[in-house]
Order: sequence, then structure tokens, then C-alpha cells
Amino acid sequence: MGRRSEAAVHPFRGVRADDGGAPASRAVPDSAPASAPFVLSIRQGQRDTIYAASADALAAGLLPGMPIAQARALYADLEVEEADPARDRAALERLALHGVRHWTPTAAAAPPDGLLLDLAGTTHLFGGEAVFCRRLVAFLARLHLTAHIAISDTVGAAHALARHSGEAITIIPPGLAVEAIAPLPVAALRLEDAALTAARRFGLERVVDLLPLPRGPLARRLGRGAIERLDQAIGRVAEPIEGVVPFATPTAECRLLEPIGTLEAITQVMTDLAGDLAGQLRAEGLGARRLVLTLFRIDGSEQHVQVGLARASRDGRHLARLLHLRLEAVDPGMGIEAGRLIARLAEPLGAETLATVLTGEDRHVDVAPLIDQLAGRIGHRALFKAAPLESDVPERAVVQVSALETVAGWPRWLRPVRMLARPEPLSRVIALLPDHPPRRFEWRGTLHEIVAGDGPERIHGEWWVRDAEIWAVRDYFRVEDREGRRFWVFRRGDGIQSETGDLSWWMHGAFG
Amino acid sequence: MNATGSLATVDDLRRHIAALETPGRARGAVTFGVGELDRRLADGGIATGSLHEITAAGTALTEDAAATLFTTGIAARAVPSLPILWALTRFDLYAPGLEQAGLIPDRVVFAQAREDRDVLAVMEDALRDGSFGAVVGEVCRADMTATRRLQLAAADGGRTALLMRRWRRRDANPLDAPSAAATRWRIGCASSTPLSMPGVGRAHWRVDLVRQRNGAPFTLTLEGCDAQGRLGLPAASADRAVGAGRRAHAA
Repeated sequence: MGRRSEAAVHPFRGVRADDGGAPASRAVPDSAPASAPFVLSIRQGQRDTIYAASADALAAGLLPGMPIAQARALYADLEVEEADPARDRAALERLALHGVRHWTPTAAAAPPDGLLLDLAGTTHLFGGEAVFCRRLVAFLARLHLTAHIAISDTVGAAHALARHSGEAITIIPPGLAVEAIAPLPVAALRLEDAALTAARRFGLERVVDLLPLPRGPLARRLGRGAIERLDQAIGRVAEPIEGVVPFATPTAECRLLEPIGTLEAITQVMTDLAGDLAGQLRAEGLGARRLVLTLFRIDGSEQHVQVGLARASRDGRHLARLLHLRLEAVDPGMGIEAGRLIARLAEPLGAETLATVLTGEDRHVDVAPLIDQLAGRIGHRALFKAAPLESDVPERAVVQVSALETVAGWPRWLRPVRMLARPEPLSRVIALLPDHPPRRFEWRGTLHEIVAGDGPERIHGEWWVRDAEIWAVRDYFRVEDREGRRFWVFRRGDGIQSETGDLSWWMHGAFG
Repeated sequence: MNATGSLATVDDLRRHIAALETPGRARGAVTFGVGELDRRLADGGIATGSLHEITAAGTALTEDAAATLFTTGIAARAVPSLPILWALTRFDLYAPGLEQAGLIPDRVVFAQAREDRDVLAVMEDALRDGSFGAVVGEVCRADMTATRRLQLAAADGGRTALLMRRWRRRDANPLDAPSAAATRWRIGCASSTPLSMPGVGRAHWRVDLVRQRNGAPFTLTLEGCDAQGRLGLPAASADRAVGAGRRAHAA
């Protein structure tokens, strides 16, 4: 309903109170049939009034506009929930968006409870107007919405018929809109409150009463707005639907005059598409996180190339370079005749400050483009940073995180630079218990005579990770053998209590 | 007269050849801060914009760790404001250990590739881009062509390439293969500084410069990396009670 939608809201809501139950029952999603009457309340001025009521409540005489206090006095077991018009409106917008994507290119929400669809030239896709309407009613029923549909020449007539004809589906053949709305009450014309009051005062009950009256006097009595509404309903004034525009995935397409198959040509197509897409992304303030390139071959099949980015980007050259890295994955077959590049995942991307340039510090270098390029070779998962994890157990203290995250360091306990994936047992160990480094041990077939050692560094098991670790203890030693080789070895158990470990010795890493 | 004239010609030729060998090479170098070491290097340190190879003296895990720490120290000090790329195939590094050699975890991006070929390709990309202050790669095999490509990429990007060549087999010394690297190092463990109390002193390494362009090879025993990745020069061997046998390595 576009710019006039505001005006349309109030008369309808105002009418609802005295117009009886029909419109309100449409407005309320029929949830599970409740035994108790159920109403939605809204605060109007100083008091809560009924915003909408369930079928049971309407049957019991609880009408929208009635004060909640009065309704409660009538029915003690009345269920009251607060109305949320904003969410209703959002749901309606979503429905309009669904309409744009599935039913017709032009659809708009007509708050508070209407949906406008321009069906010209689209219903044949669904098997005709009647079939389309039935399908629509069924679809909305699945969403627990009771729908009343009217198809007519003008928005005004359709609006009036949907709400006041009493039928679930009303289809008016072209040219008969005036006759169809003639018997409806004046309120169906989306008039303002003042105009309705004036009409009632003059005894104008139905639309048909307005039609023969001279325009000038009518305009003076009901206002110019009323005349415009009447003209819109009977098709004398145009009322275009301003459809909702769905979020369009940034897409670049190109069609080629002749099929291509050479490396250079495909590279060029990739570069052009990336440039076009970058332009679109720039216009919309977005950056691409995932790209999908589809190349259409002349034999009807498609070639897909997917590229992920570590950080949102809209640098055409960068996007093109990432695509070029995947050139090997493209099989041109007999030739490629068209290409389409979609930013499957896009994020808002604003400008960034470059403060360090002014202060003369080293230029901040953004590694994200290079990370993407390298990921094109070995995959995003293969690029990572090592980040600390809160754990004393050495093999659990390191976790791999994304290459662009900021990570902190570890506590300053002395740690080796190379670690064995899993500790290896030592044999022929000679050591003094409980807390001396070994004097001698054999590892991988070599006997090591230890000349110096540091330790122990006692690390307790983490019972919250594994039950078996509840008493476990490792005593770590840094030892150096006669040849100057420095190892990180540990003993299971504290050397006093047997449940802490079996006193076996293990090699875990090497210091330089 | 004639002799000095020909000497000047030889110097000219050397400079000419050096310019041919490394086109557009950046003149900067990462110094070790150890006079004994820097003085013997043709570039006064680890030249940025060229490739350097580091190999462990043996197959033992400790020798490997020493070579890793030596590499870490150079990488950490190459361009302190820039991150480091560390490309490898098998991730057995322990990041807390790297941090204790001056390479804070926020600066290191690891790239774990499936095979050596990918490691070399990743290194080359990163070097040409120049976003990383230094690029470290761990490979088992890299032939002359691969190292030459790395050298050119390093010269293009003006960044230091550090190639750790790991041992495949006990009898296949990685240093036997030819290479285009500017320097080739062999790092091994040596007995630490003896302490007056029980405990392990600061690590010592036997540092062999096996080959350097425009310079002579040498062997030194040095103190291992400290928390900032700096090496140290041990007190003169003669002043020490033990380790006299190590004098054979010094000089």
C-alpha cells in the first residue's frame, strides 16, 4: 500500500470495534483451540484494552477495543497476553518477503493485517487465480493464519472485499469492481475516522450511497481524502503497490559471445567477474566472505568453484587472485558460454582507520589477503595460530585457532620447543626417589648418562577432564646428558603414594 | 702496481657477480649481537632478502630442538613489527617453547601443508608478498631449483627465508644436497654452562657455518637463545673448570 499505508492503518483498526468480529478473527493467528477465551491486550491511554480476541472470545462477546477490566469482569478465566504490534508487523514483512520470492515480483505488507500482491500475469504459473487462492489459504493455514483473499482490479476494492465480503476467497472478474464493492459498508473504503463519522451523520451507510453523489459537495462533507479513497477503490485514481525489495545476493554475471576454453580466457572472465562483484559490494558497503563461481558449459553442465576468505574483502584484484588459484579445478569441456559469481556470504565492511600512518610508526600490514591466498593452496584449516588453553597438562595447553585471531601467551614455566606427540617410555632408569632427576636412562636404544637436572615440576591430573586422573601426578624434570643433550622427562607418581602413578619414566620433549 | 690493479679488477668482478646472483637484494641484515659471529659473516648478520638454511647436527630430537631454537631466534628478531609464517608438514612444535625463545604466539602463523612441495610453494607466496617479516619452512628435501626459487622470492619480497632441512634418514645428511642459500648452518647441542649448584645451566650450541656466499665457513660454540631470541658468547673456555675439550670447536 506504500505511502498510503499509514492512513490505512487507523480507519481499519478504529472500525474493528463496531464492525463486529470478522476482521479481528482474521487478525489473530488461531493457535491451539483453547477452552478459555483468549485475548491480546494493548495499552491505550490510561487503560488496557483488547487488541485482538480468539474465536471463543469473540463468540463470548469480547470485542477488540473493550477494556480488559471489563472483559475480566465478564470472564474470570480470561487469558490475557500483551500484544506486540511491532512483531506482528515484522512477521507481516517476512510474509511479504516470502511473497516476493515465491508468488509475484510485487508484494507489500499492508499493516496491521494485510498483504498486497500484484498478481497480474503470475497466477497462471500456479494454475489460475482460484487455484492460487486455495493454495495460499492452505499455505497460511499451515502457519496458523486464517486468510481472507480478494482479487480485484484495484487495491481499494480488494482491500474492501477481503475484509467485508465475509467469504474466504473473493475473485472479481475485471471491470466489475464497482459493482462488487457497492453493497459494502463505507468503512471498507479505508476512510479516516472523521470522514466515517461524517458519513454516518449524513446517513451514508454503504459504498453505493456515495457513488451517485456529486463530487464537490461530497468532498466538502467527507474531506478530499475520502474522495481519493473512493476513486482508488473504483479505479479512477491509480494506486501503485510499492513492493518490498528482498535483499539481493551480490551477483555478477557475464555471457560470452563465443564459448571459451583457454586458460587465458577463463582467467580473464574470472578477473572481470571479480571486478564487477567488487563494484557491487562497494556500492552496498559489503565484503565477501565466501564466493561461488559458476561456469556454464555449452553442454548444459556447470562447473563450480568455491572460495572462502579469512576476512571480508571487496578488493577486486584479491578476489580475482583467489579465483585464479582454483583455475585447475575448472574443466572447460567443449567450452564455457557464461559465468556467474555470487558472494554467498557477505558481511558489512566499513572503512578502517589508519592512525599509524600519521604517527609515523611502521605501516600496519594486513596479512588477511595473503592468508586467503595461502589457504587457496592448502586450505583454511591448515593455517592457524597456537593459542593458550587454561590447562597445566602440557599437551592440553595449546589449541589451534584461526590465523587472524589475537592470542595471548603462556605462563613462564620452562617448556621444550619440540614435543613428542605422545610420551615415550624410558627403560633402565636409575633414579633416586622421591624427587631427584634420573641418573641414567635408555631411550630409543641409546643410553643417556645424566650429568645435570632441574626439577621436579609437579603437574596434577585434571579430574574434571577425566575421572582416571583424579590422583594422577607427573613430576617433570629437565635433564642434560653427558653429550649436552637436554630432555624433558617425567615420572608418573610422586614417589610416595602409589595411587598417584606407577613410577614409570617417560620422555616428553627436547630442549635445544 | 700490476698486482693491485688486478686485485681491484677481481673485486669489481666479485661485486658484479654478487649483483648478478642476487638481483635487487636488500642490503640489511639481522645481526646476532655477538661480535665474534657477526664479524665472520659476509653480510654482518643474517642478510634479509635471501635464503638461509639451518640443519640439525644429527637426527636426535635434541639437535632438532637446538636448530629450531636457533631459527626461532633469527625469525623473532627479523622484523619485530611483522608476523612470522612457519610452514611445515608435521606439527611437533610446542608453542610455549617458541615463546620462551622470543617468538610470541600472536606473531606466528603456522601453515601445515601435506607435503614438502606445498611447504615450498607456501613459503614462496609468502616471501613474494612481504606481509610476513620472516618465513620459516621445514622440509626434508628441497633441490637446487626449489632453493633457487626461494632465494629469488626472498629477494623480490625483501624478507628473510629460513629453511630448516630436517633429517629423513640417519645416513642422508641434508647438507649434502646442493643449495642456493646464502648461508647454511649446522646446529648441535653442547654441554651447558656448569652451575655451582645442582641444575641445568644456559644451553650451549655448537654452531657450524658450513657454507656462506662471499665468506669462509667457521665453527663456534655459543650460548643458546634467551627470552628475546639472542645468542650469547660463552666465557673463554680456558677460564672454565670443565669443558676444556670444547676448545677444539672454538675457532
